[in-house]
Amino acid sequence: MTELPLLTLLIAIPLVAGLICLFVSANAARWIALIATLIDLALGAYLWAAFDPSGPQWQFVENVPLGGGISWALGIDGIALVLIMLSVFLMPICIGASWTAITKRVPEYMAAFLLMEALMLGVFAAQDLFLFYVFFEGGLIPMYLIIGIWGGAERIKASYKFFLYTLLGSVLMLIAMIYMALEAGTTSIPALMAHDFPVDVQKWLWLAFFASFAVKMPMWPVHTWLPDAHVQAPTAGSVILAGVLLKMGGYGFIRFSLPMFPEGSAMFVPFVFVLSGIAVVYTSLVALVQRDMKKLIAYSSVAHMAFVTFGLFAFNRQGIEGAMIVMLSHGLVSGALFLVVGVIYDRLHTREIEAYGGLANNMPGYALLFMLFTMASVGLPGTSGFVGEFLSLVGTYKVSSWAAIVATTGIILGAAYMLWLYWRICFGVARRPDAAEMPDLSMREWWLLGPIAAGVLWMGVYPESFLRPFRNDVGRLLERVERAAPAGDMALTKGKPQPQAEHHAPEAGH
Amino acid sequence: MNQFAPILPELIITIGAIVLMMVAAFGGRRSGGFTSWASVAVLIAATIALAGPPTHAGGIFGGLITADLFGSFGKVIVFLASAVAIIAAHGWFERDTEHSAEYSVLILFSALGGAVMVSASSLVTLYVGLELQSLSAYVLASYRRTDERSAEAGLKYFVLGALASGILLYGISLLYGFTGTMNFNGIAAAFAREGMSSLGLLFGLVFVLAGIAFKISAVPFHMWTPDVYEGAPTPVTAFFASAPKVAAVLLGTRICLDALEPATDAWRQIVIFAALASIFLGAVAAFGQTNIKRLLAYSSINNVGFALVGLAAGTPQGASSVLFYMAVYVVMTLGAFLCVLWMRDKDGHPVEDIAALSGLSQSRPGYAAAIAIFMFSLAGIPPLFGFWPKLLVFQAAVNSGLVALAVAAIVGTVVGAYYYLRIVKVMYFDERGEQQLGRVRQPVQGVLIFLSAVAVSPLGYLLIGPLQSITDRAAGSIF
Repeated sequence: MTELPLLTLLIAIPLVAGLICLFVSANAARWIALIATLIDLALGAYLWAAFDPSGPQWQFVENVPLGGGISWALGIDGIALVLIMLSVFLMPICIGASWTAITKRVPEYMAAFLLMEALMLGVFAAQDLFLFYVFFEGGLIPMYLIIGIWGGAERIKASYKFFLYTLLGSVLMLIAMIYMALEAGTTSIPALMAHDFPVDVQKWLWLAFFASFAVKMPMWPVHTWLPDAHVQAPTAGSVILAGVLLKMGGYGFIRFSLPMFPEGSAMFVPFVFVLSGIAVVYTSLVALVQRDMKKLIAYSSVAHMAFVTFGLFAFNRQGIEGAMIVMLSHGLVSGALFLVVGVIYDRLHTREIEAYGGLANNMPGYALLFMLFTMASVGLPGTSGFVGEFLSLVGTYKVSSWAAIVATTGIILGAAYMLWLYWRICFGVARRPDAAEMPDLSMREWWLLGPIAAGVLWMGVYPESFLRPFRNDVGRLLERVERAAPAGDMALTKGKPQPQAEHHAPEAGH
Repeated sequence: MNQFAPILPELIITIGAIVLMMVAAFGGRRSGGFTSWASVAVLIAATIALAGPPTHAGGIFGGLITADLFGSFGKVIVFLASAVAIIAAHGWFERDTEHSAEYSVLILFSALGGAVMVSASSLVTLYVGLELQSLSAYVLASYRRTDERSAEAGLKYFVLGALASGILLYGISLLYGFTGTMNFNGIAAAFAREGMSSLGLLFGLVFVLAGIAFKISAVPFHMWTPDVYEGAPTPVTAFFASAPKVAAVLLGTRICLDALEPATDAWRQIVIFAALASIFLGAVAAFGQTNIKRLLAYSSINNVGFALVGLAAGTPQGASSVLFYMAVYVVMTLGAFLCVLWMRDKDGHPVEDIAALSGLSQSRPGYAAAIAIFMFSLAGIPPLFGFWPKLLVFQAAVNSGLVALAVAAIVGTVVGAYYYLRIVKVMYFDERGEQQLGRVRQPVQGVLIFLSAVAVSPLGYLLIGPLQSITDRAAGSIF
């Protein structure tokens, strides 16, 4: 292929820009980072436009063997495409959010963020098993530095916890990958997706991958690193953590666990449902009693991610498409919510809910956007949250009505903690005089939150734009996992047999 | 004459070392700079001389030595690492030691011993090489004789090393007694004939492995390592952690896979135990260390454990992964030690306290970034290159059905990651302490640090193809 290696370019631009950032002044670093991420956004938009949903599964394919069993193999399908879009969309916003909030060691900060972006994009674009692992694990280093250098008071503990927790999850996956490469004789992800592993091996491989993705996702009970990391990370760090890094877990399930080990996945459906059910109810309850805004949103992330696992392991179209939309929607909404928290944190320097109140009076614009994102998080029809949660609940209901019932309580609890949060912050009267004097959103903050609000509404009103790129890929995935799909518990009963049917019955036996 | 062509590199070093010893003896202190650079030149000449007969001549001198690619691969690493260790001493000894000129000569002899070790195919040459290497090392450890710690390190190393040599020699005598030959091939034949029924052979095997385990500082024969690494002058520590260690690991690989190949089941359990014990002890014991040299000592114990995982596989793939591992390990370790060498206070006195690094990323960003790269790479975190050799040893282990070993070892990487992260934390997260590091003006060392940092950065992945094909062929030459 003589065309431009677009995906390599997509990864290389932030890398090069990050290197340049290290050698320039703070202000120049800000501008370089912003421009680089905007170029990546433009490239991403081009990919979205040029991607042919009805074309071959893998597009923009590149492959340069490096020898020794690893190759620089990139390529995307619709699922990867939308997640790449999410990443490149959130990155300029993150840079914008750090524009004034970060004052110390700006060039290094921007370099770390750009490195982070390159590695995230690499995760979604990698088509080689070990290349994927390199990107997947590599993301730990910049995030460790971001939390540790620019984080809050407890940053050091949080950075260690984040790093070691996710590393421990991932290394088991590496052993499984080594085994798979050996067994299938290839490290190409598309080839492995079509490879049938022996059923008894599948469950071990599935568990090894699960260890990694469940921590990343995060699922209950291995979610405890997330609240710490979120609370301590700077605002933009939380946005990228919630917006994109958590999606790597879900992406991993779609890309590896389901198509590579369909039988293994089917075997563990009850297990996943139980964990997800506990996550939905338990973390929602925990979110209710939080006094720190960021912690509340962090716990709500865990609950929302449980919808993703519910949907994915429903083994049907509604569930998987719903899970994808929940991931995209949560990426936007939780990112936006962290920004919303960041806006008032920048003014008052506290995340205690107690300190605020009555913000609707002096910050009407802020209250408006906060309301929109609260509703999207709750899943109000017309916002992106509704589409995803509804679809994944429908999918879950087809498999297990109990699971769907438990999951639905999560929506109710979600409404409870989000609306209560909104009420405490925006309504009533200010509890502290300085909270009453905070100015409304600045132009920069409108530019950060406005595009996300537009995205949330777009996805809520016309989700087709986002569903179309990966519809065929979900179809291919379904074909692959169909043979293992668990039977539903709906216990459909036949209607009254028609006379005609009785007439044909004996013939059917022949 | 033909017999001498394959040992040309060894001849170059021997003659060079003897001549330079004379120069040092008669030239006194003034000859320090000359002998140092001349030794580097000798080592580079020896490396170049490896091309040709030394790489493919096969067994020579009646099978005492085998000139094959495996040996040559090891010699390249040993020679280059020794050259770096000589350069590392620049600006270190001149000030307060009298006989700086002899330092490079001793390194040359030690490198010669290492060269004999990696190509030994008889128990006699093995022992001679090992002793030549070790005796030079004992002297080097106590090189700063006015310093109590250095003298203690030398003494400790010598006493424990002598004990290990005794054990090794006893094992050799048992193997000789029960097989009637010193030659690796002969021993392999005897093992194949007798199986593991002979208790004498088994004892011989265990003692030989114990002696080697001491040299590679594998647990449970590692006790000397932290003390010696801490006490020895830093350039010497850098040398200990690189060249002799590579030579000993390669020697162990050759013995296990060549002489003891029919007894794989017997030595595999020993190697597996040593591997896991080294990985976990190396990781856990490093937690509380405040001295960076002690920490790196435990890091080297930990890393040897991973190399042994590849050896435990007992296959050509495993041997290849060991070679790959040691090659990358040497680059990382030498880079890390060169950075440690640069830790000097304002007056130029060496500092070994990890706390002295606090806030380094703000005062010396490039230097801090280099250390961070080495630490992440030693921890085996992708995308740094240190990840790849770890992947290879795990691959070899899984391929041989040792999945449980691979899982245990990989969990060890997570434990070990903690203390490497601590260094990064001190440099990047902590505020600057009152103790500030002074600047060191050693452009050659700076270039070496830069080159090794680049080699273990993600750019290193471009080397996978060529390096892998060499290690595969090298490993193939001992099977």
